[in-house]
This record gives sequence, structure tokens and C-alpha cells, in this order.
Amino acid sequence: MADPSTDAIPNVAGPDPAQDAAIREICARHGDDPHRMMDILHDVQARFRWISPASMESVAAATGLTRVAVEGVASFYAFFALSPKGRVTIRVCDDIIDRFAGMPAVRAAFEAALGIGLGSTTECGAVSLEETPCIGLCDQAPAAMVGDVVLTRLTPERAKEVARALLAGARPEELVCDGFDGLAPHAKATRQVANNIRLAGNVLLAPVPDEAGLRRTMAIDPAAILDTVEASGLRGCGGAGFSTGRKWRFAAATQAPRRVVICNADEGEPGTFKDRVLLTERPHLLIEGMTVAARAVGASEGILYLRGEYAYLRPLIDEVLEDRRARGLLGRSILGAEGFDFDIRLQMGAGAYICGEEGALISSCEGLPGEPKTRPPFPVTQGYLGLPTVVNNVETFCHVARILDRGADWFRAMGTGGSHGTKLFSVSGDCARPGIYELPYGHSVAELLEMSGGEDAAAVLVGGPSGTMIGRDAFDRHLTFDDLATGGAVIVFDGSRNILEIVEYYMSFFVHESCGYCTPCRVGNVFLQKAVAKFRQGLANQADIDYLRDLSATIIETSRCGLGTTSPNPILSTLENFPLVYSAMIKPNPDRLRATFDIQSAIDGARKIAHRRSYIHDRDFSE
Amino acid sequence: MSGFTFTIDGIDVTAEEGQTIMEAADAAGIYIPRLCDHEGLRHQGSCRVCTVKAGGRSVAACTQPAAPGLTVENETDHITKLRRDLVEMLFHEGNHLCPICEASGNCELQAMAYRLDMTAPTRFPYLEPTRPLDASHPDIALDTNRCITCGRCIRASQDVDGKGVFGYVGRGIHRRLAVNGADLADTDAARDDFAMSAEVCPVGCIIRKGEGFSRPIGERDYDHGVIGQEIEGKRRD
Repeated sequence: MADPSTDAIPNVAGPDPAQDAAIREICARHGDDPHRMMDILHDVQARFRWISPASMESVAAATGLTRVAVEGVASFYAFFALSPKGRVTIRVCDDIIDRFAGMPAVRAAFEAALGIGLGSTTECGAVSLEETPCIGLCDQAPAAMVGDVVLTRLTPERAKEVARALLAGARPEELVCDGFDGLAPHAKATRQVANNIRLAGNVLLAPVPDEAGLRRTMAIDPAAILDTVEASGLRGCGGAGFSTGRKWRFAAATQAPRRVVICNADEGEPGTFKDRVLLTERPHLLIEGMTVAARAVGASEGILYLRGEYAYLRPLIDEVLEDRRARGLLGRSILGAEGFDFDIRLQMGAGAYICGEEGALISSCEGLPGEPKTRPPFPVTQGYLGLPTVVNNVETFCHVARILDRGADWFRAMGTGGSHGTKLFSVSGDCARPGIYELPYGHSVAELLEMSGGEDAAAVLVGGPSGTMIGRDAFDRHLTFDDLATGGAVIVFDGSRNILEIVEYYMSFFVHESCGYCTPCRVGNVFLQKAVAKFRQGLANQADIDYLRDLSATIIETSRCGLGTTSPNPILSTLENFPLVYSAMIKPNPDRLRATFDIQSAIDGARKIAHRRSYIHDRDFSE
Repeated sequence: MSGFTFTIDGIDVTAEEGQTIMEAADAAGIYIPRLCDHEGLRHQGSCRVCTVKAGGRSVAACTQPAAPGLTVENETDHITKLRRDLVEMLFHEGNHLCPICEASGNCELQAMAYRLDMTAPTRFPYLEPTRPLDASHPDIALDTNRCITCGRCIRASQDVDGKGVFGYVGRGIHRRLAVNGADLADTDAARDDFAMSAEVCPVGCIIRKGEGFSRPIGERDYDHGVIGQEIEGKRRD
């Protein structure tokens, strides 16, 4: 059944005047502004199901760019299609947690019911099937995006049902529940995804009063806001842990015609999903925090960068922004304060982990490929479009609103050492109660495992793949910035899991997500992935352990941004904490010889070209 | 303009406010190896071969501003090893067959390998990518097997020629040089563009047709001295 909202797939050859006109109209809607390239490409794709060379020409002509510049953006993001796609694209989540939760069977069921493999489109043009890294639903895996909706806790039976319905012409929304279209945005979100709030702490997930922080902000001058935030000891909750107050001070101190506040809602670290819950349950608190930041640094422009995987939350965020504009909490003269003008636009991402990096996120907001920026200059002095820019995580902004309400001392008194306040932990994997735990900093991993029913854990990955993997002997370590820092991810693995399989997966993740700008991260991670594969195949020897360490050190020392400086962590932290899983794979053979490569696969290409079978390996050779 | 001094490998170097470590080093006759950087083009900081230790931190010398009193390590064993790793990565990422390459002897990648003493077989796996040869243009050919994605041609075309013939497409290990059209003949590339000149492409990717092997092997740029000697020759001490 044809969907009236999308046009037939246009012919590639030759310019199509109707298509060109439609694309010109889309570009005009975005002011023909090259900085809005993400929005333009999203709209072109929604309309034509892919971004063809001809449509790139049209976009380039309208925005004053070269075609190759448009192609540079379109080809960077995983969710932009450069070949024709079906009416609906299913993206199964390929995260290791989803794999362990049964994704291979679910994927096979999709493939069987659709009659296609991954990366293909059904002949009828109804459905494309793809896979994507962590979509932030580890606590309800296996999960998949179906168009812009998400389906969780999938089973092979459910996959079959979904595939059949889509082939029969159903819209993705109809798959969530009956009467979905009539629901309010918040209900739509929670029908698709469970919040799984297991423990609500005092700061964020306990009931919060409306706009108390913002109202308090209006009564004091901007300098006093900076003092309060700095005195609270709040540090960025995205993972890096930079002092929020100091960051704001730099931005406020920079002379500029305009300043910008950006919320990083591109939560992409595998195993992290706490911002998803805040976006669902505390969107007003988040916008309140951004507004406080705007007041403090004198910003007039705000951007909320939402990862493409969370597109299902877009209607909810849009509603919240509209509501706040209508109530005078966004826009001109906020809360009646003359000269306090601040508004926020929602910027959708399109499937790129790297955009969680501050500079890459700004690049993406500017309509560029998501490549980190050269530092210095730092974003606080020259960020978005060269303007002083504050970029903070969702959780950080929520904390700010609460700090302004309750005071710096209240917040500072929680936690331990240099880690103040509470933190949301997203716990997933082999535990009985996966979900969100809001705890003051300072609890041990063992305590969190007990709360979440993860007592059988053999390994815990704190901070996601760019964090640290620890074993049982280190479960008494603490969740603080000074010990085990995390942006929120706590992933539990029991004794049945293969550590090297996990490491190999995460290295393939980093290979997939490296932006490719700098040599060590682009190339070095591929080498690391190949080296880990060698261990898994039993082809490694002692020298390969030294090689892993040596190559990792080069990548860490020469990479341009945080992705490259942390991507070897899955290897280094398991070499450190699980040395036996490596040494077990390099036990010498009884004949004291070790195969270091598989000769059969090495000569396979040549053998096929020569149409020659192997005397040794082809069993039927003599027959 | 206020000048200040800092040191590179113990040598005092004078710099102006706003200069990068590399700019100051070049002026002082100290060579910091580089591939993606080229005089007259915007700094990009992508190849990382110019990695130095500045105040104990590893940074790209081409983009890092010099600062008063800064202590920079350039040609230490440790840094040279990092650079050799990076150059080896570039060799293994593409398809570099020096003996049959027109650029051999003029090639900065090859010359850098010699300078950094990359003389033994390397430990890295060859990625052996399948990459296209674009010979569509009457005057210019592109053999992207040899491309090291330094982006010098991109910046030269954009900023010097005012054209935008080239650009990057793709992500990660699939990031590659692309042309602004179906093929090079479909673009406004011209033989006289600065982007097509011998000095811009450091390897043998951009080839001007009709002048191959005009200078014999043995008489080429790096046949008589290591890369960087023109800068080192400027040193007065």
C-alpha cells in the first residue's frame, strides 16, 4: 500500500523539475541556510526516502554550497540514506547487551518474515532492515527503532508480527498500541519505553517544584548565579566532569555580540540511558536549567541537540517548548524581565556517537559533518558560529535548576570528596532490576549491584566502553570522579559472558563511530579491532599483547579528541583487570608452535580467482 | 606586536602572539615533520605527524598556539616513534606501491618514512582497500589508492582557487576524498589550479597527465636530502 506522505522514489538519471522544486521549498523553509543542513537533509529524506545525487545538487544550489559539501554531511550520518530505502526503516539495536538479550533470534525473525537480509529493502519497497549501535534502551533489550517509534523487549514472535503488519501497510505508530495517535506526547513516549526508575534520589527524580530555580534566578544578578553554581561543586554529568560554574564563567567573561547555550542530549555512550528518562520525566526542569544558564552567561540563543535515536521523544520536547513559550518562560522578556530574551530550537541528530563530543556537536548544529573542532579556541570563547557557547549535558542542566532552588550548600553537602550531589546511574545487563538509580556520589559498585540484583556479576563496565571494566576483586571501588568516573553507564556481565567477545564488539563500535578526521583514531582502531579478533580466533601470541599495549598508547597519545583517547580502554582495562582471558588464548601448542595466521583464509581470494581447490583443505579433492 | 620566547628541544625560539608552534619553529629553522599541513593553506591538524609534547601534553604543533616559556619536545625517540607509527598507519591504510609510483622520490609520505627511519617491515596489517582511479579529466588523473586524506587539495581548491573541486565524504575508515560531481571531468577542475600543482598533493594521487617521469629517478626532490632540510637550512647558529 502506498503511503501518501512520501513520493515515489525518483529516477536517479537526469534532473527532475518537480523534485527540484520540492527540495527548493524544503530549503526555503529553513531559510536556505547551510547551517540548517541537518534539518534540510532530514526533510529531504522524509519526503523522498533517500538523499539522491540529484537532490544533493538541488540542496547545494539552494544553500550556496558545493554538491560535495552536501554529500560530506549526508554521508557522515548513519541515519541519512544514500540509496533508496523502504517506506519504513527498521533499525535493530546491535549493542552487546541486546545481543546477549536475544537480538540474534529477533533479527533472524525479522529477516525471515521480511525475506531480506540486513542492509536490504523488501522488493515491494515497504521495509528496509538495518542495524545500529546502542539506542539507549539497554534496560529493555532487545529493542529496535521502527521509523521514528521504538519497540522494546522484542521476541522473535513479536518481530514476525511487526514485519507482517508493516508489509501489510501499517504505520509504525500502529504497532505501539491501539489508539496511539490520540495519546498526549508524554503518554506516547511512555507507551513505547518504560522509565524503569528503580531509585529516586533527592535532587532530580523526587517531586520537583515548577520553576522554583528560575524564579530564584530572576531575583539575583547573573554574577550571583555563577557564584551559586560554582559553589555547589557541580561538575558536568556527561562524563568529563568539568566544573560547570567555571565553564559558565569563561563564556560570560568573553566579549561577544551573542552567546549560546546548548544542551547535549546526544547520549550515545553504550549502556547510558539516564538522559532519556530525564527528557521524558523532567523536560521542564531541563529547559528551566538551560534558561538559568542563559540568564547567567547572557545567552539569547539555545539549542537542544537530541540524538536521532530519540526521535520518538521529539513530539514531547516540541510540546514542552511550545508550552513554555506560551507561558512566557521562553522567548522575549522571560517572566516579564525586560531584556531577558532566550529561545531554544530543537536540533535532531542522525546517528553519530561522535556528536556527543562537544566540538562535534557544535559542528553538527552548524550543519557540518560531526567532526570535533580544533582546540583552542574552546567553545566557551568561540563555539557555535564562533560565539561563546556553553555546552552541558541534560543531567547537568537539571541539577542547575535544583541548585538555584535549594542553594549551593544543600547540593554540596551530598556526595563525597570532589564529587558533589547526586548522579543518575543507568544499570543494565545481567541484573534483576535494570534501570535508573539516583544516588549521591560515593557508593561502591558492590552496593549498586546489590540494589540492582546484580550479585552474580563477574565483570562490571563503569562508564561504558570508554570507561573501565572491573572484576570482582574491585567491586569495592567507588562511583566518584576520583575513582570510577562515569557519565552514567554501569553494565553488568555475569560469569557466562565472554570478555573478549565484549571487547571485540566495543572495538568494532569505535571503528564504526570514529569520525575519521585524524589518522590514529581512524586507522589505529581498525588495527586494534583486528588484533582482538586474532585473540578470539586463537591466532595470537605473547608478542600480540605487547602490540595491543603499544598501539593503544600511540592512539591515546596522538588522537585529536576524546573518542581516540579513550577508545583503547576496553582493551587496556581488560588487559589490566582480566589478564587471564588473554593469556588463556595464547597457550602454546604441545608441539611448541603457534599458528599466527590462517593460511586457508589468507590464500582464499587467490584460490577463487584461479578456480583451484586445495589439496589439504578441500575434503573432496581426491574424489 | 609583542614577541616572546619558548624552547623546542632546548633551543630558544622567538614567536609572535597568535603563532602556532609550527609557524614559530619554521621561522626559526627547526623542522617539525608534517603531512597535512602546507605553507599557505589553513591548518587542519588531522595527520597528527606533527605531534609534539608541549608542557608535557601531546598536541599537534600545526594548530597549537605557542606560549611564553613553553617547553616543547620535538625530535625525541618517543615522539619519533609515535610519528613513525602514524606514517606506517597511512601506508597500511591505502595502497602504496613506491616502485611503480610516479611520485616516488618526490613523495612526502615516502620521504617522511625515510626521515623517521621506517626501514623494517611493519607490524600493522595491510587494509588493501578497493579504491577507484579517476582518469576522466583530459589533463588530470586521480589515483585515490595513494590518497592519504590530508585534505591539502580540498583547502587549496576552496581557499586559493575559490572553486571547491574536492571534499571529504564518509565517516571513519570510510572517510575519503571525493570530487564535486560524478567524476573529475564533471567538475571545473583545471590543470593550472593551485590544487592540482605538484606541491599540493604530497603523494601520487593527483597526477597531471603528459608530464609523468619528466624528472628521472635520482634527480628528484628527496633523492639528495631528507624532507625538512629546506627549513633546517634556515637555522642560524
